[in-house]
Order: sequence, then C-alpha cells, then structure tokens
Amino acid sequence: MDERDSQTMTIAPDGRLDSDQPRWRRDFPIDGPQDEYIARRDFTKFMVLTSFAFAVGQLWIVVENFLRRRTASLPVREIARLDDIPIGGSLVFNYPEAHQSAVLVRLDESHLVAYDQKCTHLSCPVIPRVEETRLHCPCHEGSFDLTTGRPLGGPPRRPLTRVILETHGRRIYAMGVEGRTV
Amino acid sequence: MSRSRFARHQRQTIVSGILSLVMTLVVLQLWLLTATMNAYLGADESILLPAALASAVCLLLNLGLLRYIYRLDR
Repeated sequence: MDERDSQTMTIAPDGRLDSDQPRWRRDFPIDGPQDEYIARRDFTKFMVLTSFAFAVGQLWIVVENFLRRRTASLPVREIARLDDIPIGGSLVFNYPEAHQSAVLVRLDESHLVAYDQKCTHLSCPVIPRVEETRLHCPCHEGSFDLTTGRPLGGPPRRPLTRVILETHGRRIYAMGVEGRTV
Repeated sequence: MSRSRFARHQRQTIVSGILSLVMTLVVLQLWLLTATMNAYLGADESILLPAALASAVCLLLNLGLLRYIYRLDR
C-alpha cells in the first residue's frame, strides 16, 4: 500500500487550500485516493443521469400509448376475393398503412389467418411455410405457428400482431389489428 | 483541506455504498423499461402506468442519494 496516508493532500503549486482551489483542480486531484473518490462520485452522478433517462423513457411509453389510443379506429379495407387465393396459398397486402405489410394465408376452405409481416424480434418480414404450418423469419431463424401466430422457436418471444379478418360473401376484409404479449 | 465533516476514507466508503444502491435501482429501472416496452408492443396497457410510477420512485430515490453526495462535499 502507498506509504502516504489516505488523508494526505498534496498542496497545489499556488499554495492555497483544496477547498479554495478552482473547480477543475478539485476534479483532477494529484493524490491517488482523492482521484479514486472523485471518479467514484462522478460515476454515481452519471448513473443518476442514466436513471433519469430511464424514467423519461417510461414516461415516453405512457405518452405514446395515450396517443395511440386517441387515434381513430383502423380502417376496414377489402384485401382480396376468396377465389383469388387457393387453399394453402398466401397473399401479401398492406394494412393498416400503405407502408405496413401483412400476410394473409388460406388454411382451408373457410379458415383464413393474417398477420403483420414484421417479426417480433427485429422486424424482418416473415414468410409463410404452409406445408410446415409455420411462418419463418429468415434473418435469425425464428418461427411462428401459422394458426395462432405464437412463437415456436428462435429469438422471437412475442406473437405476431394479428390482422382481424371478416368475410362477406366472397370478399375478405381487414377489420383491425390485435397485438398480443402471449 | 476539505471542509467536510467526514474524513476522505469515510466519504469514499459512503460514496461506494451509495453507488451500489444507485446501481441496484438503475438495473431495476432497466428491467422495468424492457418489460414495459415488451408490453407496449404487445398492446398490453395494464402495466404501463404502474411501471412508469415505479421508475419515477426509483429516480426520486436516486436523486435523494445524489443530493446527499453533494452535501457530503460541502
């Protein structure tokens, strides 16, 4: 251990006391133990700043959720005619916005499912593999159950956002979306 | 010398203790943020406000500890 006592303070060249020194000199002390103290103290201050950032992030999520609830309900939009999609076939369409792609799969004569195409891991587009009854994400080998949209393997932990469908006559309509955590 | 009522080695111990408390609270906030983001993306709104309040309480505790550090150097 250093022979110098931990309480020893080297006198600055101007001869003034530590408490009378300018801020920069107090923040960059000569003595090792004092430097260690300052470093730890400043790191604590930085961690409190991080804490502030996390609290702001939490608040931002609440505000975003409030704004999301205030937006009008999603539009009802015709996607396709039932005759256009063969059993086991799929169709990529845009819903609810023009830049948001979704995928529609016809499982049997009357059973249709549609999901947001964004993988819940890192937003790569998922590809239906009807013969394996799953949706595959090629980016990180994630997979989702085709009938429920729930994750089966790979990094994703959340189910795909489901597009609510209704069929009137032979026409298929998207009615809204349903996000889920399990 | 510093005018603090504590010796330097005592202040060092106090700051180390405060740092460990602050780190624990920050890790808790990080966990809250990731869990809340997951819930938000999954359209689960039930935990958003309680999680935000819990995070705000953690911040207040951290600010209280920071205030103590400032007073320590006075």
